Amino acid sequence: MSDSTHHTARLIPDRLTSPLARALRSWEALLIVVAVAVFAINSFASPYFLNAWNLSDATFNFTEKAMIAFAMAMLIIAGEIDLSVASIIALASTAMGIAMTAGFDTPMLVAVGIGTGVLCGALNGFFVARLGLPSIVVTIGTMSLFRGISTIVLGDEAFTGYPKSFAWFGQGYVWWVFSFELVLFAVLAVGFYVLLHRTNFGRSVYAIGNNPTAALFSGIRVGRVRFILFLMTGLMSGIAAVCLTSRLGSTRPSIATGMELEVVTMVVLGGVNILGGSGTIPGVVLAAIIMGLVTFGFGLLNVPGIVMSIFLGLLLISVIAVPRLIRRWGK
Amino acid sequence: MSILRKALTTAALATALIATGAHAETKRIALVVKALGIGFFEAANKGAEEAAKELGDVEIIYTGPTDTTAEGQIEVINALIAQGVDAIAISANDPDAVAPALQKAMERGITVISWDSGVAKEGRQMHLNPSSSALIGNTIIKLAADHMPEGGDVAILSATSTSTNQNIWIEEATKVLPNYPGINLVATVYGDDLADKSYREAQGLIQTYPNLKAIIAPTTVGILAASQAVTDAGKIGAINVTGLGLPSEMAGAVESGATISFAIWNPIDLGYAATMLAYNISNGAKAEPGASIPMGRMGAATLDENNEAAMSDPFTYDKSNIEEFKSIF
Repeated sequence: MSDSTHHTARLIPDRLTSPLARALRSWEALLIVVAVAVFAINSFASPYFLNAWNLSDATFNFTEKAMIAFAMAMLIIAGEIDLSVASIIALASTAMGIAMTAGFDTPMLVAVGIGTGVLCGALNGFFVARLGLPSIVVTIGTMSLFRGISTIVLGDEAFTGYPKSFAWFGQGYVWWVFSFELVLFAVLAVGFYVLLHRTNFGRSVYAIGNNPTAALFSGIRVGRVRFILFLMTGLMSGIAAVCLTSRLGSTRPSIATGMELEVVTMVVLGGVNILGGSGTIPGVVLAAIIMGLVTFGFGLLNVPGIVMSIFLGLLLISVIAVPRLIRRWGK
Repeated sequence: MSILRKALTTAALATALIATGAHAETKRIALVVKALGIGFFEAANKGAEEAAKELGDVEIIYTGPTDTTAEGQIEVINALIAQGVDAIAISANDPDAVAPALQKAMERGITVISWDSGVAKEGRQMHLNPSSSALIGNTIIKLAADHMPEGGDVAILSATSTSTNQNIWIEEATKVLPNYPGINLVATVYGDDLADKSYREAQGLIQTYPNLKAIIAPTTVGILAASQAVTDAGKIGAINVTGLGLPSEMAGAVESGATISFAIWNPIDLGYAATMLAYNISNGAKAEPGASIPMGRMGAATLDENNEAAMSDPFTYDKSNIEEFKSIF
């Protein structure tokens, strides 16, 4: 748990060790090593890996999940969790489908998708921040609720026939191999970095995660921060729903099934303490890239999906276990 | 940096090697399934390997996501596009969601066909159905009639009254009924694809029609429930239950004699035929309405106006082959 001691240290004298030493020993440094290793191994293992277009295709493996992971990271740092994100995607996508059937065009569809996400987030936030219910219970409930509504609306039908211009969000390219989703991912990464690491709001998120009571007594409006965090997770799920629906060109109630666990995996692999209190956005960015590269690399070698899951599981456990073991032996 | 440079040169070299290698010999055909670890698809892969052996210059890449999601299949498709495979034959988890990714594959010169579960028209060159409604309709009547030399009463136990597939099959079955003289369809009941309701409906049929000789259930839930009802009523030998079922579920009924024979598509044939079609289209056969594309020992596929084709009659399972197939699906 030296991460939390880091934070208390950071709060008082700012820095005990030199920035360089800190950077070298950080979680992010370890993730960079892993990312470079995965990249190198992939390059050796498959002749198709080092190709700009192929790598560009590979980014779709993680961009949508990563957008949600940024908001989820802040939520988990604050000591909460949202397991309903994949179901929010299903509901937001269904809402867009209804809007499309009603004859609305692309700008309205995007607004409906994002709006639905925000509303879902607000509902979660209301239950947790206002009524004080545990977030894991609330979001397990809304996970069934949101997808349930989508299933009732659609049954075994699907919404298809989204307008051509709508396809750009999930299939379009801003410049050369840089897809809209990849650019959005980068912009959001910077945005969330600033929000978490450079603002008072970000500071209060850490404070709440470490000790909500102390945070409350030091004047942080804990309930409001929590509500905003759920709102943001809903917002990002809504944006991800727009991208995913656009990429698939259709909506089915099974859309994004199981994505919540991949998002949480990404956040934890990124070094965010699942118990709250610590973690960084760069870590989550690196974890997203690593997961994307591993999935794509294994895909190129036609490794069965289940082996991929086993590998990601082992990666997760080892990345978390190894630094702790080293620290223990070092003492 | 040197690692990266090394990686780059190795990759370039390997690309060159593989490119020349692939050019000279094998066609790489990817059999993309709904999810790995499903007996039905493992059997289809067996058929694909059989086709590959027969063709000689084919390498089968058997792949699919861990669970039956469209997103997972898209990741697989992207990886296959990146490898520049020659053909993709897919059983889709979602006919629409995988279409954009498959369109991209076709733009890059990859042959794309769907089989079993189809892809929307714009996302594939052709679709291979395991059978056609007419063939299924005829088969289910024939299975009952074959064991009723003197004719007699038969009844149909279907899924729900709104099930599209079942309704079409029953419609086709009633169309061919005059070809089977002496076969008398007395009732069509609906078990809603629920085990208990299907069982009660079958019981009702047994009690209402004392001369009933066969129950035809064109649904895997119905056929299983009906054979149980016949067994429990002590009518084995008097009433034959037939229709569409899964070998793994029906093995007991075939053994006890409640079901003499039943039908369903054969996944081995399906994988074999899909591979043959992918190979032939990739080698220049035109997939267009009216075209007839050979599929080895399965004959030829004739494409309809939607570029869809039916493989064959459903495959009949009885005492002679149930042991072999019950472990497959």
